[in-house]
Amino acid sequence: MDETHPENAGWLKRNKLAIAPWIFLIPALGFFAVYVVLPIFESIWLSFYEWNGLYRPDGTSTATWVGFDNYAKLWGDPKFWISLKNNVLWLVLFMLAVPAGLLIALFLNQTVIGMRLYKSLFFFPFVISQVVVGLIFGWFYNPDFGVVGSVWKALFCEETVNILGNATFRCTRSAPDILSSPEFATYGIIAAGLWPQIAYCMILYLTGLNNVAADQVEAGRLDGAKGWRMLWYVVLPQLRPATFIAVVVTVIGALRSFDMIAIMTQGGPFGSTNVLAYYMYETAISEYGERYGYGSAIATVLFLIMLVYISYFLWRMYQDEKGGR
Amino acid sequence: MFPRPVSAAGTFGGLSYRIAVPIALVIWLLPLIAIFLTSIRSAVDINSGNVFGWPSEFRMLENYTAVFTQSRAALYLKNSFLITIPSVVISVTLACLAGYALAIYRFRVALPLFFLFVAGNFVPFQILMVPVRDMSVQSGLYDTIAGQFLFHAAFQTGFCTLFMRNFIRALPFDLIESARIEGVAEWRIFWYVVLPLVRPAIAALAVLIFTFVWNDFFWANVLTQGESAKPITAGVRALNGQFVNNWHLVSAASLLAAVPPVLMFFLMQRHFIAGLTLGAVK
Repeated sequence: MDETHPENAGWLKRNKLAIAPWIFLIPALGFFAVYVVLPIFESIWLSFYEWNGLYRPDGTSTATWVGFDNYAKLWGDPKFWISLKNNVLWLVLFMLAVPAGLLIALFLNQTVIGMRLYKSLFFFPFVISQVVVGLIFGWFYNPDFGVVGSVWKALFCEETVNILGNATFRCTRSAPDILSSPEFATYGIIAAGLWPQIAYCMILYLTGLNNVAADQVEAGRLDGAKGWRMLWYVVLPQLRPATFIAVVVTVIGALRSFDMIAIMTQGGPFGSTNVLAYYMYETAISEYGERYGYGSAIATVLFLIMLVYISYFLWRMYQDEKGGR
Repeated sequence: MFPRPVSAAGTFGGLSYRIAVPIALVIWLLPLIAIFLTSIRSAVDINSGNVFGWPSEFRMLENYTAVFTQSRAALYLKNSFLITIPSVVISVTLACLAGYALAIYRFRVALPLFFLFVAGNFVPFQILMVPVRDMSVQSGLYDTIAGQFLFHAAFQTGFCTLFMRNFIRALPFDLIESARIEGVAEWRIFWYVVLPLVRPAIAALAVLIFTFVWNDFFWANVLTQGESAKPITAGVRALNGQFVNNWHLVSAASLLAAVPPVLMFFLMQRHFIAGLTLGAVK
């Protein structure tokens, strides 16, 4: 502290512990407020307007207040309901990542030479971008060039050589084009999305399994517990923190699904693979001009769904904090 | 240990496990293996539907070179680095400061502020999209590198602060207490006592944020328009349109886009995993 201004320094010194945290906090808080906190409120506010994103020459926005009109329109918008239904589908099916991740983790939780390398290779799908995963699976599902197509040929097609000597394939039925089918496309994308998500849950459980108390497992063995009973009554309770995080990140992953849809189907065919995240983007920045108000209304609905989970997460954290020091 | 170690199952059990693991791995990574094989094939193989067979000729070098010569992949990759590195530096720095404040000082709003960072980190991107885009357009940051890394840095500050605060809180508080009693200034406590101790957390966050930002696709679409500021994720998608059905080139480009985060992960594996578990599962 500066000694040349005694009274000033005295005040600073006395209040040092009250002022210091704010000095440390202000840069992060200001930055975060501008880019994250305020935009949330702005978006909700904008959802009551109709706005194409333009400004008048004098700098005022061309937005007009429409009250709850956007929400009323949403209610009658079949695309919105398809997206919402698909979001529910994502949420439910994505949850498979948690048990599947646990299963793989149990399979890999061994100390054999080279196991570390195997574990990290199993984790691979999570590290690569979802865009790349989407492209990989888009090709994987391709009925002409991809894996599904070639497996199909092996199973249902006969290679025949025609008079000119060229090989042609005669198939009992044609290969399915998963991503072009309104019924199956969403399932195809979710399956692709599960791949990295399972890897994530697996790593959470592997870390958790490392910490399972060996003496409790031994005690359980002495009591004759093994297999499923051991897993259910002794191991899973100890894995609760891992399960909690796995569920949280899976829910968030499911509701954030955007990249894969943008890459694999762009919401199609006929809007059948749309989810709120993609529909919002498509609406707000469309070829037919910006529709910021309506887009914000969709975003607000998605935000409110997420808010349920965020509140639960915060509540759990609050319980932990109270329990801590 | 659960499940029971395979070494206890005798030589036969141990051996069959050692055979089962690589087989499972190959099945698990089948899409990736298939796309790698595709990326080293010639166009002839692609058109004849040769997916798993032996490549008729190896064209690895040619295909990967073609990605660079026939598209702007080099520019996209450079942009990705220019966006990712500043995002990591800014967000981790801010989070060290904020995490320290929230973990060490007891003031009434510490917990609500902490929860604000946590909650902000989980919101869907779409709720931020219109205002952030509008703000970027207004301030001339739209379609620039800076416009992207400023947003990423701010957004990732939430996650970093969550992680940092919990990490610092788990440090022995006596260290700070005794430094205070000796009259050490607060910023010196931060710099000389806390910062050296949080190095593992900084490493974990750095690799994790690198991967998150590198893999971003949504904001690349929202905040850029032309080629000049596009990162590789958005670039790969553009290539996909350009190389229609040239799957050997599309797959080579996709794999190129995945290389930096994969390298990052392999070099800093332990830190990466510590970060992913949010510090909750030690």
